[in-house]
Parts: sequence; structure tokens; C-alpha cells
Amino acid sequence: MHPIRKKRLTILIFLVAGLAVAVGLTTYALRQNINLFYDPTEIAAGNAPVDVRIRAGGMVEEGSVKRDPESLSVRFRVTNFTDSVPVEYVGILPDLFAEGQGVVAMGRLNNDGLFVADQVLAKHDENYMPPEVADALEKSSKGQHKPPYADKTAESQAY
Amino acid sequence: MWQFFHKLGSPKWFFGIANRFMPWLLAGGLILLVAGLVWGLAFAPKDYLQGNSYRIIFIHVPSAFLAQSIYIMMASAAVVTLVWRMKLADVFVKSVAPVGLMFTFLALFTGAVWGKPTWGTWWVWDARLTSMLILLFLYGGVIALDRSINDEKSAARAVAVLVLVGVVNIPIIKYSVNWWNTLHQPATFKLTEKPAMAMEMWVPLLLSVLGLYLLFGWLACLRMKTEILVRERRTRWVKDLVLAGRK
Repeated sequence: MHPIRKKRLTILIFLVAGLAVAVGLTTYALRQNINLFYDPTEIAAGNAPVDVRIRAGGMVEEGSVKRDPESLSVRFRVTNFTDSVPVEYVGILPDLFAEGQGVVAMGRLNNDGLFVADQVLAKHDENYMPPEVADALEKSSKGQHKPPYADKTAESQAY
Repeated sequence: MWQFFHKLGSPKWFFGIANRFMPWLLAGGLILLVAGLVWGLAFAPKDYLQGNSYRIIFIHVPSAFLAQSIYIMMASAAVVTLVWRMKLADVFVKSVAPVGLMFTFLALFTGAVWGKPTWGTWWVWDARLTSMLILLFLYGGVIALDRSINDEKSAARAVAVLVLVGVVNIPIIKYSVNWWNTLHQPATFKLTEKPAMAMEMWVPLLLSVLGLYLLFGWLACLRMKTEILVRERRTRWVKDLVLAGRK
């Protein structure tokens, strides 16, 4: 390769590498702000601010959904299988909302540790399958089948 | 090897090669894309949770793939522009930037349409969606910067630097769903590991992705040929070509 071209190439490699390091450090420093939501362990540990609009994310705990027959009010617990947070919400829930499904709730944490949500979004996982396959999977591994999302929340405890 | 590489830089040589490949790219791309879309949209089984709304994946995922791949290709071409000063590399960047912009927009749009019924919102400022929006702006910036500089050579260099700076965004898009908590789910369509979807959904998706890549190849050749004709309009071979076409 021609020496001038070699020099230009070296400069470019340094440019891109330097930039990558800068952006990497910036996003690392801002990771708490880039994370879309707090997980239940962070909230239970008191890391989430009280009475500030935040998001809480996790799985809807099995058997925890209680609907008020008189109104649109609903209460449920959001869990990551180690800790859970009670959530109260008044409004229409997305179609995918169900026990055992991932959700991201937006709202404020009050002093009693109750998360008062004003918006609930359903979080979908990366698994797509035909209904028959889902049924078969449900039957064969009832209770053991943990959605992959659960592992991810557990992993995110690391930092 | 270097000889072949330098030959690639000759617009005239590229013109001939493109003419030879284009019918195959177009035919192959159309066949694969139509097969993948018809299979995916009409015959693939529906999802156990989302029902039929998941079928937007057959457009969303191929567009998102292309949006990022085109940017990586542009960045490689930008390196060639800056190091080897090859005209053809700049022609490529200029020709495919609007195509990349279109695919990025399509990925964002189909994602929003899917997000409303699935998540309950059109848009959320999570890492994946935001970094993809930055990619849209990068494409827009590349096009705008190119248009704003009249001199061909300085435009080529400025655009190449901008493209290279923006390439840092690509790994962020790809790994955003793994590095941070996002509303967007991790990748379903993976080439390296077992995909997280049933085979009868994955195969049509693969066909659409491959088909769209081939069609992009065709479109890139077409746009590059146009750009070359404009730039080389004063050269002997273009004049001959036009005269031969008139007969």
C-alpha cells in the first residue's frame, strides 16, 4: 500500500476508535438515564426517587391482578422474580397485558411504596410462535417455563 | 488483488458490470421478496399472543436490516473515498443515502404502527427507538451536507467524514436492547444462533430479508449509473454511449 494512503488509513482508524471510546464512555456514564425503567429490585432497595415521574418495568405477577368491578381501576404487582412492587392504575390496559407478561408502567412512587401509574405499556419479548406450539410448550413445561425476559432483569442487577 | 480493486474505481468499467448484474438482481430480489411476503403475510401461522398484528415483522425487520447495512456499506465506501480517493466510492455514498433514509423511515413507521396495538403507544424514548431516530437524522444530514457543497471533491470528503463519525451509532442500535432496559424486545431474527421464532415464520422472514438485499443491490446499481452519467457527461465514453443509444 502507498505510504500516504497508509497514513490516511491510520488517521481514520484513530478517528473512529477515539470517537467510539468517547461515545462509549458517555453512554456508560449516562446508563441510568438511558435505561427506560427501574426494575423492582431497584425500587425495593430504595434507589428509585419517590414522587417523581418514573417508569417501573417487570413481569405482572401471577394471580396478583385485581380489578375493581365498579371502575377501571386495577391493582397488580410487578415482579422480576426476586422483588415485586404493587402498582395501581386507572384506565384501559393494552391488549397484551396479562399475568406473566412484561409491562412498563409510568407513574409516581408514593411514600407507602405503592406505584401509582398513569400509563401502562405492554412489553413484548422476542419469542414468536404459532398458538399450537405455545399450547404444547405450556403443557410440557408447566411452571418451569420462565420467559427469557426474566433472565435479563436478573442480569441487569450486575451493575 | 489490488489491480481488481483499482479497476473497481473506473466508472466505465462499473457501468458495464452493473448492466450485466442488474437483471439478475432485480429478478432474484423480486422472486424472493414476493415469495417471502406472500408466505409471511398470508400463509404463516399467527402468533400465539399478538395474533395477526405480528405480521408487520415481515416488513419491519427487513427494512431495519437494510437501514443499518446500507449505513455500514456507506461507511466502508467513505473509508475508500478518504484513503484511496476513489470517485466510485463517493458515487455509491451519494446514490444510496436516500435509499437508506427511506428504509430507516419505513422501519420507524412500521414499528410505530405495531407499537400502538402491542405496547399501547406509538413512540417511547427508549434506547433502540432513539438510536434509530438518530440514524434517520444521520442519513438526512449526509444528504443535506452533500447538497450544500457545490464542489464535487470537497463534498465527497466532508460527506465521508460525516458518514464515518456516524458509524459509531450502528453498534449502539444493534446492542441497545442488550445493554439497557428498553421497551423494544431483543432481536428475534438472528443469523448466528437459533432464532426465537418458529421455523414457518422464520423462513419467510429470511426470504424477505434476502429479497430486499438483492433489490437494494439493483436499486444501488441503477442510481449509481445515473450519477455516473451525470458526472462523466463530458467524457468520450459517455458521449459514445449516448450516440449509440440514439441510433
